[in-house]
Amino acid sequence: MSIDLKQYLRPGVTLPFCAGCGDRILLRLILRAIDELKINIDDMLFVSGIGCAAWIPSPNFNADTLHTLHGRAIAFATGAKVFNPKLKTVVISGDGDLADIGGNHLIHAARRNIDLTVLCANNMNYGMTGGQVCSTTPKGVRTPTTPGGNPYHPFDLCKLVNAAGATYVARYSVTQPSVLVESIKKALQIEGFSFIDIISPCPTQYGRQHRLGTPRETLKFFENRCIMKEDAKGLSEEELEEKIVTGEFSDGGN
Amino acid sequence: MERRVAFESSFAIAEAVKMADIDVCAAYPITPQTHIVERVAQLVANGELDANYIPVESEHSALSACLGSSAAGGRTFTATAGQGLELMHEVVYVASGMRLPIVMSVCNRALSVPLSIWGDHSDVMSVRDTGWIQIFAENAQQAFDLTLCAFHIAEDPAVLLPTMIHIDGFHLSHVIEPVLLPEQEKVTRFLPKYHHPFALDVNNPAAMGDFALPDLYTEAKVAHDMALRNSIKVILQVWQKFGEEFGREYSPVETYGAEDADILLLTMGSFSEVAMEAIDRLKRAGEKVGLVRLRLWRPFPFEQFRQTVGRAKLLIVLDRALSVGGPGPVCSEVQAALYHLKERPQVIGFIGGLGGRDISVEGFQNMIHRGMDKASQGKPGEIEVFDVREK
Ligand SMILES: Cc1ncc(C[n+]2csc(CCOP(=O)(O)OP(=O)(O)O)c2C)c(N)n1
Ligand SMILES: [Mg+2]
Repeated sequence: MSIDLKQYLRPGVTLPFCAGCGDRILLRLILRAIDELKINIDDMLFVSGIGCAAWIPSPNFNADTLHTLHGRAIAFATGAKVFNPKLKTVVISGDGDLADIGGNHLIHAARRNIDLTVLCANNMNYGMTGGQVCSTTPKGVRTPTTPGGNPYHPFDLCKLVNAAGATYVARYSVTQPSVLVESIKKALQIEGFSFIDIISPCPTQYGRQHRLGTPRETLKFFENRCIMKEDAKGLSEEELEEKIVTGEFSDGGN
Repeated sequence: MERRVAFESSFAIAEAVKMADIDVCAAYPITPQTHIVERVAQLVANGELDANYIPVESEHSALSACLGSSAAGGRTFTATAGQGLELMHEVVYVASGMRLPIVMSVCNRALSVPLSIWGDHSDVMSVRDTGWIQIFAENAQQAFDLTLCAFHIAEDPAVLLPTMIHIDGFHLSHVIEPVLLPEQEKVTRFLPKYHHPFALDVNNPAAMGDFALPDLYTEAKVAHDMALRNSIKVILQVWQKFGEEFGREYSPVETYGAEDADILLLTMGSFSEVAMEAIDRLKRAGEKVGLVRLRLWRPFPFEQFRQTVGRAKLLIVLDRALSVGGPGPVCSEVQAALYHLKERPQVIGFIGGLGGRDISVEGFQNMIHRGMDKASQGKPGEIEVFDVREK
């Protein structure tokens, strides 16, 4: 981590992530967005649930951090935000946390369009508990709780949150760092509910179980799958099946 | 042929679930329970167990789906731990109130906050009053045996109550031990096909979960209470039958070296096995100590308990949960159970083993000695937390 980002880390912390974890990259990119916007981190509150992704802000960010219960981050954040609207309140948590066990809070907060920034680190499984199936796991994928292949279709989180009424909705991958930083900056500035579905590969669980190879190869695998929505336009449904379409799906009116 | 295999306790439970030939398992992963349900999912996927495994989105959904499956007449299993059990909480009451014989393994885990994935009995105590049968296992073999028995007990038409098998998170869930696996045929004979006498059935419609006005609520609750208290008869029968078939005996209150003991230590769960070693050492040093292991937590086995400990001089109770601002939960129940006896042991309570902290053999020796000192000084105190740093 470069010197200038170190100032945002709580002194004495060691980052807990596995080798090649997308969450470590994401941690940097979030701090870069904050740094570029020159937001005073002391005016920010980071709320997370339970899971690997929930460790991105807590206890690492040298700011107010609230490490809550599995699934409840958005509800906690809602309370903090309405009492102190000056707090720039950012929820950082996993896909399972935000969309499975906490899915109800996600759609209702989006419906109320409350001024929160929700960064969903989507590794397509429950990384922390060993890579079990999640509402974002692609169909057919084998996990410890779907050893015969996931029989269900995954959520398209962007469609879900968009339909619920969020102001800003986007999907980017940590393998697209510069567009992702720009998107996080936008999400932090926009008033209303902003949500980014961030593809954050998990080499230890997802990568290993899928034999995607080394952490580097796992990241490459996702890098190759992600395409910008503009480039997806001409592709057939079959061609799109293997792709993860990234971009803004609701741009908050700008 | 009976087989002797090395199994993680979690796998032993999954094996029991397989041999019980369940119909439905709905579960959500949580450390330290995850290995159980992963294994069940695997057995289903392999075709070794003909059941539906539902990877639901939360524990609230897990127990709710189990409730539905059990009400429809399916033999139903789930497992959870700590925070997962907390999230299930309202459904836990409903499952027993509806008299649905679901079997659930709980890998006992401390409760937030601070966040801890390690073991203690905080989660057990939070569901103490929910009207489930609750049984503690101390090792992998017991986890297997008691899970099998749990289906038999829960589904008995005279019982029809959900049953929890408690195993200590990590200390038991993750240890690998030799386990004797009986033949499937023998298990099938022991545990016949399940038939819920009041299952949801379009031809004989039933209404479950209805509204009760104040003129009925009390009676409904008392009926539930009577069913739970009376279940001890069936529990005793099933354990006896199990003993006859498989040669391993279980009873609501078990002891170790307690026959001639004046001083008894009471424990629940896997820590009992460590405490046994402490008892052996103290006995070798000539001390008249023994161990009481409370296997059946609900219904509380009043009679067996009084018979077992009534004649002792001192009973030292270990609670692995802190009832913040109150007495040790097991200790206070034990005291209440003994209160009306003319002659009863003095009771000294300790709280320890919280959030995964170990109690060693020496630790148990010290606890017993400390309890003896407190008793002889006539200073029982309200609670004492064992092995706590004050700085
Ligand atoms: C009520 C409750 N249920 C289950 C768990 C166990 N648990 C901890 S993290 C986790 C899944 C996390 O998945 P996700 O939110 O996608 O985060 P990741 O680890 O993948 O980053 C689960 C099931 C828990 N802590 N609390
Ligand atoms: Mg995840």
